[in-house]
Amino acid sequence: MQGLKKRLTYLFTSTKGLALVAMAVVAVATAVWGTLSGPMVEWGVRDITVRLLNMDLVQAEREGRIIMLYHTIAMTILAIEVYFITGMVPMKKHEQTMINTTITIGYLTAIIFGLIFGYFGHNFVYHGLFLVGQSLVFFAGLLLGAALWPWKKEYLLPEDSPYAHTRKGIDLERAAFFVMVAAALISASFGAVTGSYWGNGHETFLAEDLIRIPLKTALQKAIVGHLHIMLTLIAVALTLIVGRWMKFKGIFHKIAMWLMISGTIVITIGALSIVWFTWAHNIIYIGSVLVMTAALLYVIFSWDQQIKNRIAELGIEKPNAWQKIKALLHDPLKFGPGWQMVFMNFTVSGVGIFLAVKLEEIFRVWPHREERVTLTGHWHILAALIATIILMYFADLSGLKGKARKWFGWVLILMSDLAFGAVTIFSMKRLFVTEVAQQSIVNWTMLLTDIGLGVVLIILCVFMLWRLYDLLTRNGRWAQELAAETKLSAESEIAEQKRKLEKLEETLKGVSE
Amino acid sequence: MKRLIHLMILLTVLALLTTACTPTSSVGAIVPPSIDTGIDPDSWAVIPAGEFPYGQHDHMTMVDYDYEIMVTDVTNQQYADFLNEALAAGEIGVGEVEVEFGESVAVLEGVYGFYAGEPFQGYKHEFEIKAGDKLYIPLDEEGLRLTFNGQSFTAIPEYANHPMTMVSWFGANAYAEFYGWRLPSDTEWEKAARGTKLVDGYGLPFPWGTEIHGNNANSYSSFDLFEKMFGKLGNTTPVGFYNGDTYEDYETLDSASPYGLYDMAGNVWQWVGDDFSNQHYRHMRGGSFYTYEMDLRVWKQNSAGPVYYGPAVGFRCARNP
Repeated sequence: MQGLKKRLTYLFTSTKGLALVAMAVVAVATAVWGTLSGPMVEWGVRDITVRLLNMDLVQAEREGRIIMLYHTIAMTILAIEVYFITGMVPMKKHEQTMINTTITIGYLTAIIFGLIFGYFGHNFVYHGLFLVGQSLVFFAGLLLGAALWPWKKEYLLPEDSPYAHTRKGIDLERAAFFVMVAAALISASFGAVTGSYWGNGHETFLAEDLIRIPLKTALQKAIVGHLHIMLTLIAVALTLIVGRWMKFKGIFHKIAMWLMISGTIVITIGALSIVWFTWAHNIIYIGSVLVMTAALLYVIFSWDQQIKNRIAELGIEKPNAWQKIKALLHDPLKFGPGWQMVFMNFTVSGVGIFLAVKLEEIFRVWPHREERVTLTGHWHILAALIATIILMYFADLSGLKGKARKWFGWVLILMSDLAFGAVTIFSMKRLFVTEVAQQSIVNWTMLLTDIGLGVVLIILCVFMLWRLYDLLTRNGRWAQELAAETKLSAESEIAEQKRKLEKLEETLKGVSE
Repeated sequence: MKRLIHLMILLTVLALLTTACTPTSSVGAIVPPSIDTGIDPDSWAVIPAGEFPYGQHDHMTMVDYDYEIMVTDVTNQQYADFLNEALAAGEIGVGEVEVEFGESVAVLEGVYGFYAGEPFQGYKHEFEIKAGDKLYIPLDEEGLRLTFNGQSFTAIPEYANHPMTMVSWFGANAYAEFYGWRLPSDTEWEKAARGTKLVDGYGLPFPWGTEIHGNNANSYSSFDLFEKMFGKLGNTTPVGFYNGDTYEDYETLDSASPYGLYDMAGNVWQWVGDDFSNQHYRHMRGGSFYTYEMDLRVWKQNSAGPVYYGPAVGFRCARNP
């Protein structure tokens, strides 16, 4: 009983435990719901899943179901990011506990009842509970915003800090997290307001089905803006998280944080103002340039650090180019996030820009379905790239070492990029091949995609099984992680109490004087 | 352990090479067996006036007149006959014609005819359709199932009863107008495909009912006997193929629409007639052998400029009784 209690304490109170639970939830959802599409349909697996779980899949509701699925998984990913943020950005213990508890109840309620509503019948009690879950996630966001308030005196940075700060000492990284949270809350409201019109002038749609409708309603535009900005903000949050993980600092940090803050504000204004202005895309382009430049500065810094650290470890005084490359590639888990951000430019940003520039000349000449495939591939890749970076960070947090670290890291990078590259070629195939002669390229790209994603899912499965096995052992890694976090939390609580004591003594002194 | 890993990598590479190096047929390269489905492509069905559930969200929509629509897609044979008649009547030309693909212009060898153009309003993304000669079908392109000997057109015999493809909207429209018919409107097409019936409060998602199986329609990976020949992407099937008959051990389900129309889901996308004034894209309905079953749902729309042609796009006609 004591063992169970300890494990539950680990899983539902520690950062690593909470993230592990959320990742397990996403893994299970992916494993089950992944059987409903793609090659699983061709192999007949979907029919087995549907029969086995008694799913209720009305054809007219497919788009609605997909929207429920996206939202429930997005809530879970948001929760994982929030756990990381509350674990790494200084805040009071009670704030961390309150935020983590609220978002955990929120995402679990949203995913459980959202999926039941979407796939197992339409009792509106389930839909109501799905909304309750989402509201709790939103409320956790408000709490997070309050906890991250950058002007709190206790979190001001000293003048000589290597981290970006203002003259008054405001921590700009903290400010960037705060701005991201504020933008996410405003953007979530856009979706919520439109969602509340559902059935009253607003009908379910997938954005890629709307692209050729010349006159879109304000509600449709609000949803299009909402989905784009939410995914962007998830990416911004993750960039800030990996920046802190890699101890991003120095001059690049100082420039990058200003860029990230201004970029997040501009891109959010741009994405949401598409409801009113047809030229909002220009605002988005400006914001994108700012945010992407900040990410580029992070990549340059982190790769430079990795090279320097490894070279120092090896004691090489004057490394040649080959030694530097080897040093950079030494640790795939730390090299990976930066690489995935660079790779994203070829598979997501590059495709997006090319699409925008050549829209009239190329893409609008193709049938709508071809354009839809390009768009769908483009954002699926971005979402999956984000997932791989989260996995890299969590694998590092889990203390993966030695060969297991290398194998996990490299397989994750190579196989996911193989799949993303293949999907990109598949989605842009009309540039190289006519419809009549496309069979070969379709076969190749589909096969490589299936292999890449299949292997990534297998190593994810192995990783989760390892963590499950660990959880079953008496003094496994989980116990060490719990002890370490309890120690850290006790230390920060003592520091907090000391601060409080000093403040109280000051108050007393002031009164007695 | 290392050996095992190396062996697995080797096997994966071999599997890849084996799959990728297998000769892949394109839809233009293989001649399929001739199959008579017994469905007459010259037959028409009457669609009576009345309300029907339109679109994914089943908006009850009134079509207040009777109309007729072809039971099958226009076949290669029918289109070859049209070209020969139109050529004799001097209504079409054969040779080089300028084709505007978005902002670029290509000169193609093909069959063309005059089109009066459409008003241009200068909207964002609006195609400008000027008056002039328009390409109906390209010649000398893989995927076309007609041949031209300099004087007349002939359908490749094995493909004679397959749907006419590689035809632009202009080519489809010209066919209909030549015989005094028209392309069905978006609404007419959907009504003919799904009928008026509601099941559990929903309009039919497929012409034959609420569920889809591989042998209901020709879609991507539907495992019909043409996919055995052409690979997973498959090829067109003869019009009316999914009528409950068995062909070379491949058993089909009778998948006619409530009005007796065949191939209203799968096989080839079908051009419809509407011109949307501020864009001029033309809609296509029904899904094709290239698409997953989700695109076979009766409300799904595809679209392209009227100059577009492809191996998975055909049409059928409508007329007033």
